[in-house]
Amino acid sequence: MLNPFRGFGAVFYKETLHVRRDFATLFFSLIIPILQMFLLGFAIDTNIRQINTVVYNADGRRESRELLDRLKNSDTFHILRYVDNDTDLNDAIISGKCRVGVKIPVDYSDKLLHQMSAQVLVLIDGSDSSVAGQAINVTTAIGLDESLRRVLASSADVFAVDMRPKILFNPDSRSPNFFLPGLLAVLLLNVTTFLTAFSIVREKERGTLEQLFVTPVRPMGLLLGKLLPYLAIGFFELCMLVFAMRFLFLVPIHGNVLLLAFLSLPYLFVSLSLGILISSKATSQAHAMQLAFLTILPSVFFSGYIFPRETMPKFFFYLSYVVPATYFINITRGIILRGAGWVHLWPDALALFTIGTILLIIAARRFHDKVIMA
Amino acid sequence: MPSTDTTAINAQHLVRRFGNFVAVNDVTFTVQKGEIFGFLGPNGSGKTTVIKMLTGLLPVSDGDASVQGINVRTDPESVRENIGYMSQNFSLYSDLTVEENLTFYGRIYGLTPERLRQRIDAIVQLNGLAPYYKRLAAQLSGGWKQRLALGCAMLHEPQLIFLDEPTAGIDPVARRQLWDLLFALSGHGITFFVTTHYMDEAERCSHVAYIYFGKVIADGTPDDLRELPEVRPEGTYRVEISAPHVTQALRVARTVPGIRSATIYGQSVHALIDDHLDLDHLRSQFQEQGVTVAEIRPLAPSLEDVFVELTFRHQAAQAKSVAAPEAPGA
Repeated sequence: MLNPFRGFGAVFYKETLHVRRDFATLFFSLIIPILQMFLLGFAIDTNIRQINTVVYNADGRRESRELLDRLKNSDTFHILRYVDNDTDLNDAIISGKCRVGVKIPVDYSDKLLHQMSAQVLVLIDGSDSSVAGQAINVTTAIGLDESLRRVLASSADVFAVDMRPKILFNPDSRSPNFFLPGLLAVLLLNVTTFLTAFSIVREKERGTLEQLFVTPVRPMGLLLGKLLPYLAIGFFELCMLVFAMRFLFLVPIHGNVLLLAFLSLPYLFVSLSLGILISSKATSQAHAMQLAFLTILPSVFFSGYIFPRETMPKFFFYLSYVVPATYFINITRGIILRGAGWVHLWPDALALFTIGTILLIIAARRFHDKVIMA
Repeated sequence: MPSTDTTAINAQHLVRRFGNFVAVNDVTFTVQKGEIFGFLGPNGSGKTTVIKMLTGLLPVSDGDASVQGINVRTDPESVRENIGYMSQNFSLYSDLTVEENLTFYGRIYGLTPERLRQRIDAIVQLNGLAPYYKRLAAQLSGGWKQRLALGCAMLHEPQLIFLDEPTAGIDPVARRQLWDLLFALSGHGITFFVTTHYMDEAERCSHVAYIYFGKVIADGTPDDLRELPEVRPEGTYRVEISAPHVTQALRVARTVPGIRSATIYGQSVHALIDDHLDLDHLRSQFQEQGVTVAEIRPLAPSLEDVFVELTFRHQAAQAKSVAAPEAPGA
């Protein structure tokens, strides 16, 4: 007699009607992620090239010009201007026009000719740490290279140790390859969490939820009927994004796409549960929106999507273990970039499934206590 | 009191506590089948809590209740199968059409497609919804929304329907039409449990209960309540005094010996006066004070008079019972 899914069919029917009627919401929830993908895919390049550089070459002779040529050829530096005093050199950096200032002292060539150590001053604007880091690495490498060549020129022709680094999986260090798989996780979370939370809070606002509780609909029938349409939308969204990533941004997929689709299910499950949890707390759609944004921040900052988790302070590193996006980003990057398979990724799927179940239990409890009994 | 098969609702000593707060305090009443039962009371007096307990949404803290012969404590699911409920905001999906709203509620109650078709046709005919069948609920006026909401609550042919402030915010014509519909349905044996703030609606109910701070302080037919000794103390009767200047008339009325209480109602003053006071004598009293009186005539107390009187008495009793423990033995 007691069917725990009572009312599922009716709610599912009604919810698909809502989705169809509210075409604008559907459209924007599908289009905005694509736009975001375009923005991030085209606009962001984490490889630092052509840093604006100011040069004060007090020496001016052939050796100093050779050194500047090497800086230019590295592709890291773009010499924007030449100055002839220290004040202008400093000003160029302070004003923000140049990130790096190079000063070659007046005795540079003399010291080299006399087999002495010649110093070159490199001023680096530290306000952007990744630019600064790249500038330090490249200038140091050029200095070392220059020194070695001078030493070696007088003896043998070969380097004693020759390091040959080889970058696996993303050999050209293309930014889209790195960013887009992570972006999938963030966008998917947005869409599904928002849609579910909204669909329930809207009924709260209208008072229709109250009405439903006085009918024989059972809580599981209600929730499943509401969630399934949004699960379908989330899944469709994923397919769209993966398609755009593969064919518009030409990110090669090294693993199995079907595995990716399959492993997105526990992640969608987490997003939907989160949506229900939010809706049990929120009293209005605006409130739900704020709470949903709150869940997006950790997914962006603590999941390894932008900043590597390994360099985080211990507290945030451990925090990242409870952020669902952490696991899904590992799954997307694993499958898309590294060609990982089920054997490598099942722990992530298990973690997601566990988080989703815990969230759903909390959400169902809260829903029962705060919404039905209120 | 055992419930018989003519009883639609049987509430016995219902109590609901939220922590230390007693929202519903020992509420007992019965509603017979086919009655239009008006459940009245100010906001926050426990009306909604009683409805929630009767519909099985809130567990009962103490006492017992059965609805259509089904115990709400042990079988709330079956209760919900057998009742209809219409909330004050009509709880429709505004982005769904009339047809879709009806279909949705019909499917919730598990009607077969064939049965659903029949029931929707019947409801649409009964409520006159046919011209709006394909329209979105958002485009209906208040009165039509309410008819649709009532239709949704009736699809599964419940014999008992709860209406929580069904006429809040709709125009007088729609209000009248709804009541006509309720009378027609109640003639077919359907029981209605109606909450309202409108006294004229309360007068139309066949049975009324008034709840005040968690306690039922009046229960009976409107006529029974008007005859209550508390409302009409022995040796008194009510009169309506029509006067061109009511405020002046009220001022005078309060000085006349034998008038126990007086209040303004529109263009007249309602007064509770001693039996021995003669109407002609009363008129002359007003004239002596320079106030012309158009007409004085005896008046039956309205339900509002009844509830006001009972509320005062209840408050006085409360104050006494609170004061009493401070003076033990006094």
